[in-house]
Amino acid sequence: MLEIKNLHATVGGKEILKGINLTVNAGEVHAIMGPNGSGKSTLSYVISGKDGYEVTEGQILYNGIDLTEMEPEIRAAEGVFLAFQYPVEIPGVPNVTFLKEAVNAVRRHRGEEELDAMQFVKMIKAKTEELGIAKDMLKRAVNVGFSGGEKKRNEILQMAVLNPKLAVLDETDSGLDIDALKIVSDGVNQLRSDERAILVITHYQRLLDHIVPDFVHVLAHGKIQRSGGKELALELEEKGYAQYGIAAE
Amino acid sequence: MVMQINATQPFVDQFDDVQSRLPGAKLPWLEAFRKAGIEKFSKIGVPTIKTEAWKYTRLPNIDCKEFRSANLEDGQVAVNAVAKFLPDALNQVRLVYVNGIIRPDLSNLINLPDGVSFEPLTQALKNDPEFIESQLSTEELKYDQGFSALNAAMMESGTVFRVAKGVQVKEPIEIVYMNGGTDEPIIRHPHNVFVLEAGSQATLVKRHAGIATGAYFNNAVTEIVVGDGAILKHYTVQTDCVEAIHLSTVNVRVGKDATYETFNVAIGGRLSRTETRVRLEGRGAHCNLSGAYMMRGREHCDNTTIVDHLVPDTTAREVFKGVLDDEARGVFQGKLIVHKDAQRTNGHQLSRALLLSDRAEMDAKPELEIYADDVKCSHGATTGQIDENALFYLRSRGVPEALARNLLIQSFIAEALEEISDENVREAIASLVVHWLPAQCFVADEWVQA
Ligand SMILES: Nc1ncnc2c1ncn2[C@@H]1O[C@H](COP(=O)(O)OP(=O)(O)OP(=O)(O)O)[C@@H](O)[C@H]1O
Ligand SMILES: [Mg+2]
Repeated sequence: MLEIKNLHATVGGKEILKGINLTVNAGEVHAIMGPNGSGKSTLSYVISGKDGYEVTEGQILYNGIDLTEMEPEIRAAEGVFLAFQYPVEIPGVPNVTFLKEAVNAVRRHRGEEELDAMQFVKMIKAKTEELGIAKDMLKRAVNVGFSGGEKKRNEILQMAVLNPKLAVLDETDSGLDIDALKIVSDGVNQLRSDERAILVITHYQRLLDHIVPDFVHVLAHGKIQRSGGKELALELEEKGYAQYGIAAE
Repeated sequence: MVMQINATQPFVDQFDDVQSRLPGAKLPWLEAFRKAGIEKFSKIGVPTIKTEAWKYTRLPNIDCKEFRSANLEDGQVAVNAVAKFLPDALNQVRLVYVNGIIRPDLSNLINLPDGVSFEPLTQALKNDPEFIESQLSTEELKYDQGFSALNAAMMESGTVFRVAKGVQVKEPIEIVYMNGGTDEPIIRHPHNVFVLEAGSQATLVKRHAGIATGAYFNNAVTEIVVGDGAILKHYTVQTDCVEAIHLSTVNVRVGKDATYETFNVAIGGRLSRTETRVRLEGRGAHCNLSGAYMMRGREHCDNTTIVDHLVPDTTAREVFKGVLDDEARGVFQGKLIVHKDAQRTNGHQLSRALLLSDRAEMDAKPELEIYADDVKCSHGATTGQIDENALFYLRSRGVPEALARNLLIQSFIAEALEEISDENVREAIASLVVHWLPAQCFVADEWVQA
């Protein structure tokens, strides 16, 4: 589903990704771990197409199609989803309006009927209840004044309503309380299927206790330094990143 | 100096020309008032770059001879659709003017509530000249700006709105001024008089709109008195055409425990300038002067406010937000003057502009003049661009870029619309904002509710 080949990318003229190779097949869950500043979020932005993140070499193939020249909204409509490490506040835009526009934009792109207000409200209500999200979070402006954990839940709500094929979760676990971690993990696990792939960026084993990955990769110095099974995360938890020549970058 | 005389003189000549045909020509007090006006205007002249209050707004090189006085035929220009402020209101009480001439066929006074008089100035000068006289002071012509003095001399149209003591009018009352579509560009000098007597309440909505493309010049003055304990909500929407010049001076006196709320929406116009001057004269007087503007091309919009806090315990709030695209220019000048005895004044002022292009420009000049010691005043002015992170966030959820930009613009303006306490008005204005936006956008009712 996702095939990253020799990916180099610069931000503000500085090379951050220095030749990433990563293949994620449908049905798999991959975890990426790595020290602060190693380029994990950069990778997630490059996959989703943020301006200012320039691919200088290599390819990102998504179901065989190169993503790098594609507008972010087309990537999203084609099923790429990023749960942001730092979700953005948008004053003045009600969360529910935002969600409805997003869902309908994606449906239009996919040639599906748009949802009318009634259908949308019904759908969104069910999802918020499932994810234990307070109703007033729908009325409030997108992420404005949301607590850290509420923002992360809101990301998962967006993921749930957009129904992506490839989900990249950038530190979605940070800031979550124990119950929320369980709810969010359940939300992610529900998405697990043969048609979907999930890329989880995290610093902590405790998320991987809930969302058990098929593969774990260590990203450092802008490259995948090592890949392994779920045991690799446990090893990192114990030994840290020192063996990769990094205390902190 | 020479330049100034050249720009001013043609207006004076025009006055000499039409003087005898102006309404109320047989009223001696009005004749004196007009004379004082033209003298003042001759002395002050049209504003130049040296005129402090017009520092950022230059009149485009206007040749007054370009604009002739309007005649009765100009009022008969065909109007396809009245530019209503409140499109959906049934049996709306409404006066419609075309090029300053009242159009009874387009107006509706059937539901005019008791205790309210609402008529064209020309008619009021016949029906109740003493009342108009009492509202215009000949003793000391207060207009200190060239164009308001010119209006004093030339006033030939406008509306008189008066609500009797204690009368509370629930439904909004509407005025529509439509201009343009004439063979040659015309100039109008409407003079409005709105008086809310003690304890009365009303909502007045006013729309200025262009009929066709082509230039016209609107030089309006509005005199407002909000009596003790009265509440006036006064909303203006101006959708003039791109070649129009729209100058408006609004003078307001607010009495004890009275409230004056105004919101001014400016969409379009080669040059639009609204100068609002409020005197908070009674304890507990409150005003909210807010607005939104959306300009593109080479349009220019100037909101100038001056609030005088004259007595203790008065409050003022101002929130202006605008969007400037292409080479459009915006100006905000806000002055709060807290006089010596005006203790416990509370004044808040905010100007925020969103620039959609590198060539757009905003000038903001907030000013505080404080002569009392126990006051709470704040002001802020910011100019910024679309938040790229917010834009990416929306796009990463599948929202196309054009739509995402629109949503961010709408939400930016929405904050100002919150100042409008009348819900129907807020919705009507929100949908105008939506129509201004380029390409596809969101429906109004979804984003104002929040
Ligand atoms: N606009 C920019 N200009 C220059 N350097 C940048 C810019 N944005 C990010 N960087 C740098 O890129 C590097 C990688 O950042 P990135 O956010 O991808 O790290 P990360 O692995 O996600 O870290 P963390 O675990 O702390 O979230 C950092 O050194 C960061 O300072
Ligand atoms: Mg990161």
